Amino acid sequence: MSILEVKNIQKSFGKERVLRDISLNVQQGEVLAVIGPSGSGKSTLLRCATLLEEIDFGYIAYGDLVMARSEGNNERAVYSAAPVLRQIRRRFGLVFQSFNLFPHFSVLRNITEAPVRVEGKSREEAEQQARALLDKVGLSEKADAYPCELSGGQQQRVAIARALAMQPDILFFDEPTSALDPELTGEILKVIRSLAQEKMTMVIVTHEMAFARDVSDRVIFMDDGVIVEQGDPQQVLENPQSERTRAFLSRFSHNG
Amino acid sequence: MSWDNVLNTTEQIAQASLQTISLFSLTLIFSLPLGLLMAFCRMSRIRPLSLLMRGYLLIMRGTPLMLQLIFFMYGLNLPFSRFQVAVVAFSLNYAAYFAEIYRSGIEGVPVGQSEAANVLGFSKGQTFFRIILPQVIKKILPPMGNEFMTLVKDTSLAQIIGVAEISLIGYQLQQTFVSMIPIVIAGVFYLLMNSVVSRGFSMAEKRLGYYR
Repeated sequence: MSILEVKNIQKSFGKERVLRDISLNVQQGEVLAVIGPSGSGKSTLLRCATLLEEIDFGYIAYGDLVMARSEGNNERAVYSAAPVLRQIRRRFGLVFQSFNLFPHFSVLRNITEAPVRVEGKSREEAEQQARALLDKVGLSEKADAYPCELSGGQQQRVAIARALAMQPDILFFDEPTSALDPELTGEILKVIRSLAQEKMTMVIVTHEMAFARDVSDRVIFMDDGVIVEQGDPQQVLENPQSERTRAFLSRFSHNG
Repeated sequence: MSWDNVLNTTEQIAQASLQTISLFSLTLIFSLPLGLLMAFCRMSRIRPLSLLMRGYLLIMRGTPLMLQLIFFMYGLNLPFSRFQVAVVAFSLNYAAYFAEIYRSGIEGVPVGQSEAANVLGFSKGQTFFRIILPQVIKKILPPMGNEFMTLVKDTSLAQIIGVAEISLIGYQLQQTFVSMIPIVIAGVFYLLMNSVVSRGFSMAEKRLGYYR
């Protein structure tokens, strides 16, 4: 069964149709890279999948749990009841472009707060787990620091640990390196790569083409609210079939 | 003024300062939570509620507190003592100012904070009280400090409805003794109270200074 199933979703902001007709499946252990020009709807897709925006039409499900569905073709999507949505929220995690760590909490508390408050874990258990996660992202010595004392790259690694602490089935990344100085992107990509090796299911919106090719099992190219092309990273990035993909990628290589 | 009279004046003003301090404290106890509630109404997506609150805030902040005191005392005929009427009027008035301060503070917290909490599964209540409010408090400490200090001085307005607070007693003693000394002593009492308030806020700002 797919971890995430998205069928024919549509989303408009006022008159602007941001997602026109998007369908996609993510399988267990799959790493999906989503590329495309800004304004193509990549971030909106992630925000709809993580309940930060509501879709207008279509169907979204996590495994056996349906988040929202349209009954007919022209029926607006209806969301499941709050208890189901609560259950669904525990299945995904999201890493933001701008980290969004809680500035008033220490690094450790940023990671433990949700397991303690939402899942009802004991503080000891949550802290033990948090320390293991910090170790994994290479920040074990920063447990007691505050976010403002960390570099952007370190903050983003904490944000990844915070998302992992909820043991999600799938982890979304919304341009995780775009707010970072170029020399700091490497440490994030390294962490994501190690997660891929552990068969973490991930959907990564990114502008790092080389990274997308390296780490992903499948690349999706989005433009103007639709999926223009998808497939094997090698094929999409090096031998794109669509004119739009080619135009986008060439712009990219010229810009460096 | 004789030394005895100075002592006597100080004693009477110290007595009156209890009224001032009670009015100050009770006003805060009621208006701080009330202001938060008003801020929520003001920011509500329910249009009529938000419009109603805007009107209320305009009236309370746009007319003199002294007139409001007179209105509450003689216009509404509340079954309250003078002091209680003063507490009601001050609380409703200060809540309006606090509401706007809260609102600016809440709007100043990046939306990413509640989004991150939302994705992690925090309830709305947890998100507000554990994630947003602590950051709001840090942001609003300076304007709140101003309001608190203004409130200390504004309590003197309660004399208009006959509350025996510091200024009223100071004024009466000044008339009795035809001397400026009672006024100076009254001023010293306000100054003392406000130095405590100011000190409290510096300490609070320092305590919350551990993060940006």
